This record gives sequence, structure tokens and C-alpha cells, in this order.
Amino acid sequence: MLSGCGGGDDDSAADGAGTASAGAGGGGGGKAANCTNKVRNEQAPVVTMWAWYPNMEKVVDNFNSQNDDVQICWTNAGAGPDEYEKFQTAVSAGSGAPDVVMLEADRIPTFQVQDALVDLKGLGYEDVKANFSDGAWKDVSVGDGVFGAPVDGGPMGMIYRKDVFDKYGITPPKTWDEYEAAAQKVKDAGGPLFGDFPANQPAYVTALLYQNGAQPFNYSPSDGGTIGIDLDSEAVKQVLDYWAGLTSKGLVGKQDQFTPEYISGVIGGDYATYLSAAWAPGYLQGAGVGTGDDKGVWATAPLPQWDPSNPVQVNWGGSAFSVTKQADNPELAAKVAFGVYADDASLEEGWKNQIIFPLSLKVLNDPAFIDYKVPFFNGQQANKEVYVPAANGYQGMTYTPIGQYFYTAFTKQIAAINEGKASGSEAADALQKDVEGYAKEQGFTVQ
Amino acid sequence: MTLSLTPSTSTAHPVRAARRRAPARRKNLAGWLFVAPFGIVFVTMLILPLGYALYLSLFRRALIGGTRLVWFDNYVKAFNDPSFREGVSFVIRFSLVLIPVQMAISLAVALMLDLMVNRFARFSRLMIFMPYAIPAVIGALMWGFLYSKNFGPLADISSLVGADAPDFLGSKLIFWGLFNVVTWQWAGYYMIILFAALQGIDPSLYEAARMDGASQWQIALRIKIPLVAPALLLILVFALIGTLQFFNEPKILQPLAAGALPEDFTPNMYAYEQAFNLANYNYGSAISFSLGAVVFVCVYLFLFATRKRGSFLS
Repeated sequence: MLSGCGGGDDDSAADGAGTASAGAGGGGGGKAANCTNKVRNEQAPVVTMWAWYPNMEKVVDNFNSQNDDVQICWTNAGAGPDEYEKFQTAVSAGSGAPDVVMLEADRIPTFQVQDALVDLKGLGYEDVKANFSDGAWKDVSVGDGVFGAPVDGGPMGMIYRKDVFDKYGITPPKTWDEYEAAAQKVKDAGGPLFGDFPANQPAYVTALLYQNGAQPFNYSPSDGGTIGIDLDSEAVKQVLDYWAGLTSKGLVGKQDQFTPEYISGVIGGDYATYLSAAWAPGYLQGAGVGTGDDKGVWATAPLPQWDPSNPVQVNWGGSAFSVTKQADNPELAAKVAFGVYADDASLEEGWKNQIIFPLSLKVLNDPAFIDYKVPFFNGQQANKEVYVPAANGYQGMTYTPIGQYFYTAFTKQIAAINEGKASGSEAADALQKDVEGYAKEQGFTVQ
Repeated sequence: MTLSLTPSTSTAHPVRAARRRAPARRKNLAGWLFVAPFGIVFVTMLILPLGYALYLSLFRRALIGGTRLVWFDNYVKAFNDPSFREGVSFVIRFSLVLIPVQMAISLAVALMLDLMVNRFARFSRLMIFMPYAIPAVIGALMWGFLYSKNFGPLADISSLVGADAPDFLGSKLIFWGLFNVVTWQWAGYYMIILFAALQGIDPSLYEAARMDGASQWQIALRIKIPLVAPALLLILVFALIGTLQFFNEPKILQPLAAGALPEDFTPNMYAYEQAFNLANYNYGSAISFSLGAVVFVCVYLFLFATRKRGSFLS
């Protein structure tokens, strides 16, 4: 019983409950907490938390050793959708949710509309407001409320194989037209594919839509659930037709990403480019890219633009810590949400290993970060050249409570494009109809 | 007559009944106690959840506007929902192709193994049954890797003949990719059921047949198959119900083939998506019950059809 929240043995649930009741004055309440980490100060109230950052254990230890008045009891409830399914079940059941939950920004409105999240205004938001850009706050806000503490983002760039570009005599394309021309040139010379159009990554394709100035959604919770859906605009159709053209000409892959199949293709040199976010090197290295024969061949450049005189920066991915309505002590939980992964040691560990691209301005303005020579990019100052400008220029996106359905519907349409069953414009029209129908059925007023 | 009879029975009965009732009641109680462990689990784990799901399916929940009673509207919606209808049409088409092939394979193998009485036969039986012993999740994951175009054996074999590897996880071939996984997993299990039925046939029948000059083929076709017809019928019903509720294999392969396996690929996957991804437990329940109705109708039609022809296959 002395061990507090120990490892995975059977006794630890009972121990956790004991610890929590020892600090019952505060956040832990009577929840039988089964923590993955070791709680240092067993007298302090405990806040439970779900998160899946790869270095979360260190981050939680950092927080727990720096704070005596509150301790985190952390569990990895799965990454992304796996966690959301569990959290959704807990929200529907009305119990079983942690006090603090890690959510990607695009999921926040889905849970906010179910009244599952706490507005952090008045709970410490004002103290850290200056630490993040307006775009970062917009992504975690719904209407006037702030429902998450931003941690990391995914400013996008074009990761490419420098050796392949040199071999075929091309320089990083500045516009999408140049991108297609370069892809054609490499293909004609028998070279690899120029990127990929994955059906299972609708969030990535959505970012590409925004880059052409599309504003697919408009949502404000205050006016009784009115939602604007504009998925069949010219801007959307132009982007989807462009990619439909690339796939039909065989210039890009049609492979689902984050699969063994895709990553083995990357390692095997099937792709000359990977249009992705700043966190990509961490993912790629973890999967074994850039560690073997392809060591030092990767570089990064800004994303090609539709209108180079008026560049648009976009973002793919990025997460925040939200406080749930099931938290016994929202103040304490908010303190954890804002405090964890905000200390210098954790942030540095995160960005040096490219686990996260931090949104904290403390880091973004730090010369050590800006000038860092990224080993994966063979010493290229990737932050300075690509990612910091992309993060600074990012205007934020509008996420809605029907985001999950939108992604499901978009996946189908991307698959239809890849199979040649629909042109980009047809896919956009079908998508608009599908998502609009769902929004109406869910009681939204569609503009 | 009746008048005189009734009083006599009414007086005679209570005496006899009273003497009998007490032990009968004790017997009844004992019976209930024996059934109780099963009964409790059956009621709490099956009947109550089913009832609750049925109750849920009568409501409609919207993200805006909350939950309201709509009676059977969700069912009307489900049967008009293209996602559900396409899912049902897929599982029915899949059953129509899968089940005959699966049965043919398991029957052929069972007949062969029935003829062999050596050590190799036992070994083969075990090997053919083995896939069933592998959990469905692991089996599907394994096939996901075997189908890989980059590092799977298919790629190696295809490159030998200089062709591109077929993409069994692409939308064109996913039907056959799944077909293969399911057949691999279940044919051995059905084979064991049929094999057991074959072993139960009285060998004197074969002897008699041979004396009458029947060949092995004739014995198989005229004696063995008609005699295992009830077992065939049983596995047909199993396979039909299992296939209409198709879920595990496509759900597990989905992360590898999201484009080819959308969330509404089969009715069960669609119910799962509605309940756990879109937080619409009400509609998810309605889809589940609608699928239940489809399964019931299909099985009923099938049993009716086979019953009418008499003793099936003969």
C-alpha cells in the first residue's frame, strides 16, 4: 500500500484509490486511479489525465517534481481515434472520463457540443494568453470559449529527397503548377512518385483546401447551432481536381498513410516528397526512415503555393489538453492542463527529438530553437527556413462538431477520386450534399 | 353423465395432486437452481442489454436539440439509408459467394480425411483446423502483412513472373482479400464438424455398399453426403449468420485500407461507427436490430427453402 499508484499489478487500483482519498480535499476525489507514472507527492490531490505523446512519462514526471500542490496520474488510453472512442463512451455514460484529456484541436468542438469540456476562461487562460499566437488560440476555441490548452501544432512544409531532386535536376517547386511539372519530369525519367493522396488522412487534405483560400466551415455555437458548409466552392474544386489529375496521371501515390505499407515505401525510395507537418521527422525516424541508406538525404522546403505572391500557411495536426466536465476540481485540472508540457525541460526534450512542434512562443522565439540544425535534415535549419514562418503565418481553421462525420465522408470521396470513380469537382459536390444532410439531421441550421 | 363425473374428478384430484405437488415443487426449485447460473448470465448479459438497446433505438438523438421519442422512425431511416442498404447488399453478396465455396472445401477435405487412416491424416486434420485456433484479430493482421505489396510474399511471387502484385487491400480486390481470410479461418472448423459427422456413420453401411459394387465415389455421393446433410445444414446456418454479421476482419484491416473499407462497409461496422464514433447510440442500436431482422429473414427463408425440398440434397 505504500507504493501509491504503482505499475500494472492488480493491487495498484486499490492503492490509487487510497492515494486519492488521502488527498481528498482536492482533485482526485474517490476515483480509483490506475496510473502509469509514479506519483511523487502522495499527500497532494491527484488529477487524472489521458495523453499519448511518446515522451509523456518524462513530461508528467517533470510536472510532478515541479509541483507540490497537485500531482498528475497519467494513463495512455491510446493515440487519436482509440482514445476518442473511449472518451466518447465515458462522456455518453456520464462517468469514467479523466480530469484532463489530450485532444487534437479538430476534435474539441465535437466534445464541446456535448457539454463535455470546461471553458478555461477564468481558470488560468488569462495568465498564459500571451504565450501563444492568436491562430493557436483560435484552433482550441469554440465561439467565445477556450476549451483547450495548446501544446503542439503541425505547420506544413514539403519534405523531399534531396538526392532524388539533384539526380533529376529539379529545385523545390514554388507553386503547384511547378510541382506537377516536376512530378511529370521525374516520372518521365523513371523516377519515384511525387507524394501521396491518402484516403485515410482527410485532415491533411483539408489543410490543402485551406491553402487555396477555401473556408469550408463556419460555426458559432452561440446562434443556436448555425453552421455554414461550403465544400463545393471553386477553391475546393480546384484543389481536388488538381489532385485527381495527379493521381490519374500516376504522378502521386494512392496509399493510405501511417501504415506499414506506406512507410516501407518511403524507406524503399518510392516517394520523392512527403507533404507533411513539422512533427513528421519524429514519426519518420521512429519508423526507421533516414537511419539506413537514406541517411542525410532528406530536406525540407516551404509548401508549394497556389498564388506565390499571396502565400497561405496551413497546419496539419496538433493537440491540446482539455479539462473535462467530469473533473472534480476544474481549477486544479486547468492548472495541470496549462502547466504540463509547458516547462522548459519538457518542451526542449519534445522539440529536439521532433516529437512535437511546440506552439509556445517562448520556444518559437528562442534562437536555440530557430537556428537549430536538424540532424534528420542533414543539418538544415528547418525551423528557421520552413516551419517557424509557416507557424507564424498560420491563421487558424474553423472546426465544427460534425468534424468526425466530415472526415468519414471525405475519406470516401478521396477514395472515389483515387479509384477514378469521381472527378475532384464531383467529389466536392457529393461531399457537400453528404455533410449538409448530416448537419441538418443533427439539428443544425445550415446556411 | 358429465354432471356426475365432474364432482368425482374434482374430489379425487385435489387429494392426489396435493400429495404430488410438494415433491414436484421441490423438484422444480432444484431445476431452477441448476438453471440459475446460466439464467442469471443469460438475462443480465443478453436479455437486459437487448432490451435496453431496443429501448434506445426508439429515440433519436441530435447534437442540437437533444433526445426525443420517435418510435420506429430510426428503423424507417435505416432501411432507407444508402449506407445500411449497401452494407446489407454487400454481406448478402459476400455470403452467396463465400458460403458455397467454404462448404465445398470443408466437405471435400472432410471426405478425404475420412478415407485416410494414417498418421498423416491426423497431422493434416490438425493443420487444417489450426487457422480456427488463431484468434480472428491476429489472423486478419497476419493477412494484412501477407497482402503487402512492398514486403509480402505476393510481391515476391509476382515479381518472379514479372507482374505487379495484386492489391488485395485495394477497393477492386478487397472482396477476394476478405473472402480468402474468412475461408482460411473457418473452413477448418466446418471441416471438423463434417468430419465428426462422417465418423458417426455406421461402417457396415460402407461394407454393404461395397458388396453391392459401389465405388468410393458412389459411396461418398450416395451414402456419406446424404447422411451428413444435417451437419451441412447446421454449418450453413452458422456461416450465414456469421457472414451477415461480418465485422472483425474488415474492421481490423481497415487501418491498412481505409479507402477500400469505409466505415459503412458492413452493417455491423456502420452500427459501430454510429455508436462509438458519432456518439449516436440510438441509431446504432436501430441499425443493429435492423440487421438482426435481416439475419432472421435470411435464415428463415433458407430453412424454409431446405425444409420444403424434404431431406436436403437428396
